[in-house]
This record gives sequence, structure tokens and C-alpha cells, in this order.
Amino acid sequence: MERVEFISEDSSVIHEDGTRTETMMLNMGPQHPATHGVLRIVLHLDGEMVVKAVPHIGYLHRGIEKLCEHITYQQCLPYTDRMDYIASICNNIGYILAVEKLLGIEKEIPERAKTTEVILFELGRIESHLVGIGTNALDLGAMSAFLYCFKERERIYDILETICGARLTTSYPRVGGLPLDLPENFEGMVRNFLKIFPTTLSEVDNLLTRNKIWIERTKGVAVISAEDAIDLGLTGPALRGSGVPYDVRKATPYLGYENYDFEVPVANEGDAYSRYLCRMEEMRQSLSIIEQAINNLPDGPYIADLPDIVLPEKELTYTKMESLIRHFVIVYEGFKPPVGEVQHAVENPKGELSYYLISDGSGKPYRMRVRGPSFVNMQALSKMVEGSLVADVIAAIGSLDIVLGEIDR
Amino acid sequence: MSVDLEPVINSLKNKFSQSILDIKEYRGETTLLVSKEQISRICAYLKNDLNFTFLADLTAVDYLEVKSPRYEVVYHIHRFGPECEENTRIRLKTELSEEDIEIDSVTPVWSGADWLEREVYDMFGIEFIGHPDLRRILMPEDFEPFPLRKDFDVRNREASKRSFEKALEEGGD
Repeated sequence: MERVEFISEDSSVIHEDGTRTETMMLNMGPQHPATHGVLRIVLHLDGEMVVKAVPHIGYLHRGIEKLCEHITYQQCLPYTDRMDYIASICNNIGYILAVEKLLGIEKEIPERAKTTEVILFELGRIESHLVGIGTNALDLGAMSAFLYCFKERERIYDILETICGARLTTSYPRVGGLPLDLPENFEGMVRNFLKIFPTTLSEVDNLLTRNKIWIERTKGVAVISAEDAIDLGLTGPALRGSGVPYDVRKATPYLGYENYDFEVPVANEGDAYSRYLCRMEEMRQSLSIIEQAINNLPDGPYIADLPDIVLPEKELTYTKMESLIRHFVIVYEGFKPPVGEVQHAVENPKGELSYYLISDGSGKPYRMRVRGPSFVNMQALSKMVEGSLVADVIAAIGSLDIVLGEIDR
Repeated sequence: MSVDLEPVINSLKNKFSQSILDIKEYRGETTLLVSKEQISRICAYLKNDLNFTFLADLTAVDYLEVKSPRYEVVYHIHRFGPECEENTRIRLKTELSEEDIEIDSVTPVWSGADWLEREVYDMFGIEFIGHPDLRRILMPEDFEPFPLRKDFDVRNREASKRSFEKALEEGGD
């Protein structure tokens, strides 16, 4: 990818019959409804063909990695919401797991917390795929699928609202488990969702999967081969759509994913349609995981018994001197992981999200690095669209399912 | 990590005995400290001969006043197993001193390193020799300091102001 900002003098080509043509530069974004945020792509066009596409990012950069060096580990949690805000619960859980690994307390986490996190993680995946498919279809003119998808997404938001009070920026689990026990109606809401959602999924399936227009707009569009996908570091449906069965949940299981029975859907064509098929099947697999988890949701403690790390119960803070002191120490100084470094990866809806944490023994992370899937996946765009039509750029962006909050951080 | 990393480390030790400076194991993760001159050769060897085809992450850390040399560039490299379950990940580190912050780019090995190296350059000012398009990626192009360095002053707004005013003058972009 070279630096090409403007039409260069030598972009003109003189053809055999003496006519002279030159490529046109077109700015797609940063304010464009189909770029899913503030993404700017400088397109160099020969008629309607894309000669070169150079993505420019950074419009939403907030310096989350720098911010996190100045605050305690618990305080970093709300920042993780603001990355992939489509599935913020998945970012939260990923971060919590990384801190738990750094502290070396994975074995202390109660089963109830882990199982709940699995349910929430998979709800987050469904939520993200619904937005991904819905907006991809909307960009290509299929308005109705979008409405069906967003209707179900509301139901997931309702579940999240019941457990943590927030719909979008959840900041929900805590290091050590859950901040509060689950509300009584949680199980009923999840079971209700499990009952209703397959109907909507098949409706979306009916609207798109065999829809001639949808197939023509996505099949053979934005193709990336398996070799290129691995070389570029793609993960998630973008990688599995090219036939590579890599899924962090199977590769290096966390939260007890090894105990759940599910498949990793793979499609071989590497085009936008394959990625769509992967997402659809992943939602069905997620439903099955949620069902297995809710059937085996154990009773018992919801947070680990680790006085140095976990805040004491609110009532004890108000009534017991020792608890008050503990509360102060954890809030003011933070818990202090031993000196060391860990990387923890989770399978976010969009691909592999990993946190690389370095502790210098103080209450604040010495370095927090976030490897967001969208950032790396975005690199594939130039390769996907060069030589195709302008309209296919929209299909490519939609099928990569990027979120700019995570690219720019 | 079900597959043992020992054969990988032995093979690296045989091939690059002088360049493997340290091996650490922490929380089930293996970290190799390698010399920076050999980094692109080690990465190419890992990819081509040992099948570590996937660059999971590339980043840097600034250890200002903590240790010397000051910078570390960190590579997380992944090998897909024949089965989904048999996957391996290794962490490579190289040290860079403050005076000589240049290192070979690994973009010839993995083209996915392109943006990751640009981000490291953007945030730390580390130069990657042989990178096809090394320029800022997240910060504005005329921004001068490197934000993730530990001596970056977060309260000093001058650099952002200058770059904003310049953009206003130019009236666009």
C-alpha cells in the first residue's frame, strides 16, 4: 500500500487511439452511512472500477491504551465497552479474563459466574452478528432484514438491562466473578429468547439466503483466499469464510468452552456470501451453547472469595470497620498483580480479541495492549476491492463487519 | 496449549544459538528474548520451517527508567494445529535501545504486519526498516510526539493544537 493522496500527474494513460484517460480520486467517508462509522477510504477509480483503495483510520482515536496506564485495573473496564460497542459485553469479559489470568485466579472463579459469562458472551455474539448482517443487507438495499435483526437485538438489550442496568455500555462482570447475583427473571428471559429467536433467524434466512439479488450482490464479491487471509492476520468469520477453521473457543478454550458441544462453521469460497453464511450458522451454534449453559446454570456463589481482589459486600462496608478499610484499599490503590505479563485471547464476534497486559507490581497496568479484530481485518479491504466495482466496496465493508470504535481505540 | 513447545525451542536454539538470549515461562506462556538483528530471519524460519503461519499481534513497550535498553518490540506468533484443538502460540521479544530505534520489518514475512508496525511507529516512533509505507496511522500525520512513550506529557495540548490549527489553515483533510 503506497502513499497516494491525490491524483498524481502520471495517472493519465494515453490509449492507442490517442484518447487520454486518468483515474479519478473519490473520498468515501469519513461521513458516509455505509462505512459503519468514521472510516475514510480514498478510492482511485477508472470509470466504475476501483484501481486502488487506501483506507484512512484514526478519526475516533481516544488513546484507550494510554488512558489505561494511568488508572487501576478495575477502572479500565468501562473503557473496554467503548471499543467494540456493538458487543461490549464480549470486550468486558475478554478483559476480565485477561486480568484474572494475570492474577492467576482462573481456578477460583465460581462456576455460576463462568456459565453466566458464557451465556452473555454468546448473546453478545448473536447481537453483533445481527447488526453485521442487518447493516450489510441494508447497505445493499435489503431494508426488511435489517428491521427483523434489530427487533431481536432489542430483546438481548433487555436481558442485559435486567442484569446490569445498562444496554449498550455494560461494564458488567468484575474481576473474580459477577458484581451481583443474577435477577430472578434472568433465566426466564433467556429461555424466552431461545424460544423466539429461531423463528426470526429463519425469517432472516428466508429473506436473504436464497434471495437472488442478495446472492448476486455478495457471491464472488470481495474474495480473499485462505492463504491471503492467514497472511493478513484475519480472524473470525472473515477467516472462517475462507475455509480456515480457526476459532479461539476451540483452539485455546476459556470459560470452560471445551465442555460445550458446538461446531465451528466454515465456508470455502472466501467471498461476502461465505462470511454471511458463517455468521448465520454461528448464531445457531451460539443458541445451542446458550441452551446448554442455561440448562446447567449452577447455584452457589457468584463471585470468588478473594478478599484482596474482590470488593466486600456493600452492607458489610457500611457496618464493619475491616470491610470499610478493605474497600478503601481496593478502590484507592487497586489490587496488585505480581510482576509479569500475559496475553489472553477470546473469540469476539468479529474475530480474535486479545489483551496483552504487563504488570510492574503496582495497582495500574504498566502496559495494556488491545489487539482488536477489526483493526487487523480492515487491512484486507484494499486487497478485496481492487479491481472490482465501487458498489462492491460497500458490500466488502459490510461483510468484514468492522466497528470503528475498535479500529481506532 | 496442548502441544509442547519444546521441539520448537530446541530447533530455534540449534539454528540461532547466538540469538536466543533468554527463555521465560509465565502463566503457561513462553517468551523468547531474541536479538534484534536476527528478528526477520527468526520469524521467516518460524513461518516457513516450523509452520507458525499466523502473526497474532505485534506491539511495543516502553520501559523508560525501568530497564535498559528502553524499548521492547513484542511479537505473538501462532501455529494452527492439524486439529482445531492443537494450537500453539509463542511470544518473541527484542530489545531496542534509545539511540538506535530501528528494527527490520517483518512485512516480507506476514503482510498483516503492515498496519501493526505502522501503529507501533505511530505510538512509539520505532522505525521499521523495509516497511513499504511507514507513516502515522491513528494520530494526525503532522503530529510530532509519540503518545505511548512513557515520557509523553498527556496534559500538554500543544502538539494537538498545532496539528489542529494547521488543518484549519489548510482548510480540509
